[in-house]
Formats: sequence, C-alpha cells, structure tokens
Amino acid sequence: MPEALDPSLVALYVFVLACFIGYWVVWGVTPSLHTPLVALTNAISGIVLVGALLVAGDPDAGLFTQIIGFIAVLLASINVFGGFLVTHRMLSMFKKKK
Amino acid sequence: MTLSVNLQAVAYLVSAVLFILALKGLTHPASARRGNLYGMLGMLIAVVATLMGDQVQSYGFIIVGMTLGAIIGVIVALRIQMTAMPQLVAALHSFVGMAAVMVAIGTFLTKRGAGELNALLMGEISAGVVIGAITFTGSVIAFGKLQGLLSGSPVKFKGQHLLNALLGIATLALAVHFAMTGSLISLTLMTLLAFTLGVTLIIPIGGADMPVIISMLNSYSGWAAAATGFTLHNNLLIIVGALVGCSGAILSYIMCKAMNRSILNVVFGGFGSDSGGAESAGAVAAEKGVKSAAVEDAVYWMEDANRVIIIPGYGMAVAQAQHALKELMELLEARGVEVKFGIHPVAGRMPGHMNVLLAEADIPYDRVLEMDEINPDFPSTDVVLVVGANDVVNPAAKDDKTSPIYGMPILEAGRARQVYFLKRSMRPGYSGVDNLLFYQENTSLVFGDAKDTIEGMNSALKGGGH
Repeated sequence: MPEALDPSLVALYVFVLACFIGYWVVWGVTPSLHTPLVALTNAISGIVLVGALLVAGDPDAGLFTQIIGFIAVLLASINVFGGFLVTHRMLSMFKKKK
Repeated sequence: MTLSVNLQAVAYLVSAVLFILALKGLTHPASARRGNLYGMLGMLIAVVATLMGDQVQSYGFIIVGMTLGAIIGVIVALRIQMTAMPQLVAALHSFVGMAAVMVAIGTFLTKRGAGELNALLMGEISAGVVIGAITFTGSVIAFGKLQGLLSGSPVKFKGQHLLNALLGIATLALAVHFAMTGSLISLTLMTLLAFTLGVTLIIPIGGADMPVIISMLNSYSGWAAAATGFTLHNNLLIIVGALVGCSGAILSYIMCKAMNRSILNVVFGGFGSDSGGAESAGAVAAEKGVKSAAVEDAVYWMEDANRVIIIPGYGMAVAQAQHALKELMELLEARGVEVKFGIHPVAGRMPGHMNVLLAEADIPYDRVLEMDEINPDFPSTDVVLVVGANDVVNPAAKDDKTSPIYGMPILEAGRARQVYFLKRSMRPGYSGVDNLLFYQENTSLVFGDAKDTIEGMNSALKGGGH
C-alpha cells in the first residue's frame, strides 16, 4: 500500500491555488467598487461561522467550550448578516444615469 | 437526516464557487448586486451543510447565537451612515478576528478532550489564535481612531520597533512551545501577547494612512479565517480565507502605490497627523499670498463653462456635502455644462469611500471617473472645484523633489483654467505639506464649510444668473 498523502498537505494545495484565484479575480474589481469589495469580503470571511458551529454544536466538549463556541457564533453571525446587508445597501445606490 | 462527509464536501465546493463568483461580480456595478446574492447563497449553503453534518449535535447555543447575531447585524447594517462605513468595517473585522480566536481555542479544548492533539494541529491552532488576536485588537484601535475615540495622530516612542520585534519573537516562541507540549499556560500567554501586538502594530500608523490600515486588517481577517480552516481541515474556510486575504493585500498594494510609498514605510512610518490648530483663515491666506474668492466668483465662472470637474476628498464626507453637490451638478447640467467627478484612489478613509458617498447622493456612476481616466481632461476643463481634498492635487508631488509626497500620482487639477478650493482653513493636508496649488495664478480659495458654500452656489444658480 503506497504512503497516504498528509491531509495538511492537501490543505496547503487548496490554499495556494485559492490565493491565485483571489489574485486574479480581485485585480478585476473596478476601483469604484472598492468599498463594497471590503464589505463583501468582510461578509464572506464570516465563514468562520462554520468553524464556530462545529465548536458550539458539540455537546461532548463541555459547557465552557460550548460557551466559547456560542460567542464565536454570535460574532460571526453579526458579520455575515450585517456584512451582506450593508453591501447590498451600498450596491443598490450605484446607478447609471436615468 | 444527516449529510455524509462527502456530500458535505460537495456542498462546500458549490459554496466556494459561489463566493468566487460573488467577487467576480464586482467587476462592474451592473453585475455587482447579483454577485452579492451569490455570496449570500454560498453562505446559506455552507451553513446548512454544516448544520446537517453529524458533527453538530446540539442546537441550543447555535440558534440563540445566530438569532442574536442576525438581529444585531441587520439593525447595524440598516442604520449605519455611509460616511461611517470605515468604522463599521473596522468593527466587523474585529469580530472576525475574535471569532477566529474563539474557534481555535474551542477546537483545542474539543480535541484535547477527545485525545486527538498533535504538534501539527497545535501549530495550526497557534496560527489561528495569533492572526485572529492581532486582527481583533488592531481593528479595535482602527475603529477607535476612525470614530474619534482615539487620537488619529501616530503614537511613536523610542525602541518601538525593537519592542514589536521582541513581542513577535516571544509570541512565536510560545507558539512553538505550545505546539510541542500543549501547555495551557503557553497558549494563554501567546494569546495575550498577540492581543498586545495588534495594538502596538497599529498605533504608530497615522490617520492619513487609514485606507491602508483598513485594507491590511481586511487581509488579516482573511488569513485568520484561512488559519481556522487549516485547524479544522476545512477546505471551504481555507479557500474563502485565501480569497479575502488576497483581496486585502491587493487593496493595500493599490493604496500604497497611490501614495508612492512602500507598505513597510506605511507600517513603520507614522506619517501625518491630525494636529495643527485652525488658524484665522483669511489672515493667513493674505500673508501667504493666496487669492480668496467669494461664492459668486466661482458661480460666475462655472455657469458659463463647458466643462467642470469636481474633486471630492474626506472634507466632503465630514461636511456631508455630497447631496448639495448632486444639486450643483443638476443645476449646471441644466445650463449645458458638462460635470464630472474625479476620484483619487486614497481619497477618504477607505478604498472607494468617495464613490459610495457620491452614489448615496444619487450621482450616476458613469460621471465619476478614476484618476487615470480623468487626468487627460484637465487641460480642456474650465473650472475645477476641489471639495475637501488637498494632498491629492498638490503639484509638489510632481515638481518638488524635496517634498515628502514627491512621486505620488496626483489629479492634475492645476492644468485647468480656473481652480476653486473649498476650504475651512489654511490647514495643510494630512501629509502636513503645504499645497503649491494654492499659490498658482489660476487658483482661488473659497473659505467656509463645504456644504454651506455649495448650497450658496446652488441658490446663486437658481437666482437666475448675472
């Protein structure tokens, strides 16, 4: 049986390739939308919510750990809901001449 | 019903693709809103897939946490003023940082309970804690500066860089020790040092460099999410973290380039301060040999012009003058004058800040041009109106090799036939550099609050000409 690839190495592959995608996609963003870009990236970095759910939803971890998870869920949710909504509000303002 | 690990991974892949499309949508204002919807959908899929996985067993804390978070997030997002966007973003960055710290520590406790710790995992946990903690306190300081709770001027003291270096090395050493031993004391000390480092890294950066700080912290919050992804072996978090990290890094680069400074110069520089009292504007103006003009003079030139370019800066945001500017634009257009807006990349307190404020005032985005697009138009422009901007039109950046801002690309307002500066006082811009454009033959200064001045122009235009 051949030696298995370390999962952390797979993660590194994903990370490096995602950096390249990010690099090319973000250079294409028009400068007039740089504020919405910051707000949107901020909203999607609320993806740490996924990690927070795993911590908060594990009853075997004990109450203290679940409370830590709860705080993380709360903070990340503010980011997700607030971030997407404020981005939407901003983007709705960008109009062409009627 | 629970999702198998493989189905969950497929859902995460879909969600990652949606996030990439979300960013791609921002290529153009017309596709941007759809992009944001892709982002929301991606997030929804990711959250549902996680909740349906067999790792999540209890829902009480999650329901309460998400509901509270949603209520707070929605209220804040609906009520926030567009001028306060930089503060909001700083606050939200701090939440991502803190959440990353919490997730890393929570994961450590969970895995320790299950006896699944190893050196690599603890190294990854350290990365999540350290980057998250620096993001958190750094963003809190940035928020304080933007909100005016802290002084905007850089805090500098002797041995600052040495202190930061020592803090950095100590944090790293504790991270290594923690990874080798799993010591709770090392973890705690490391976390506290990283929180301190976030403060000491941000305080020497001056208020003028806010667009760079915001971009940098945006980047850090991404790397924090990516580090969390490594800890959890979750590819979605890694991908999203990398996207956000890159985005912030590119914005930092663009901002630095627009100031002709290196990122190291910004981080260590302590450039510019908010200090300098408001001198008696008129007196100083006379002494320095600048012309001051009345509102009517500017109106006289503008109403017969073919083309007027307006250059807004942070002063416009402070005076909330964007709505008055929109009316001015309409009044001039009604007289057949072509009106455009020229935006410097570092105008305002965050990247693209001016564009959002003008959009808020219903100014169509096709009237708002970037520096490179509008610079060729200045020689054929009759009147330039500079509203609360300063350094970004200073010809010293082109002509004076001894000037601290030499080499910074500028909006070449001075090449127009007439330049009117709306100014509150003779205070120099954030760089503290005197503006050579003030002394140019074709420049006049109109003193007063920008909003009042523009409203004065509007009523003069409505009054039926001369």
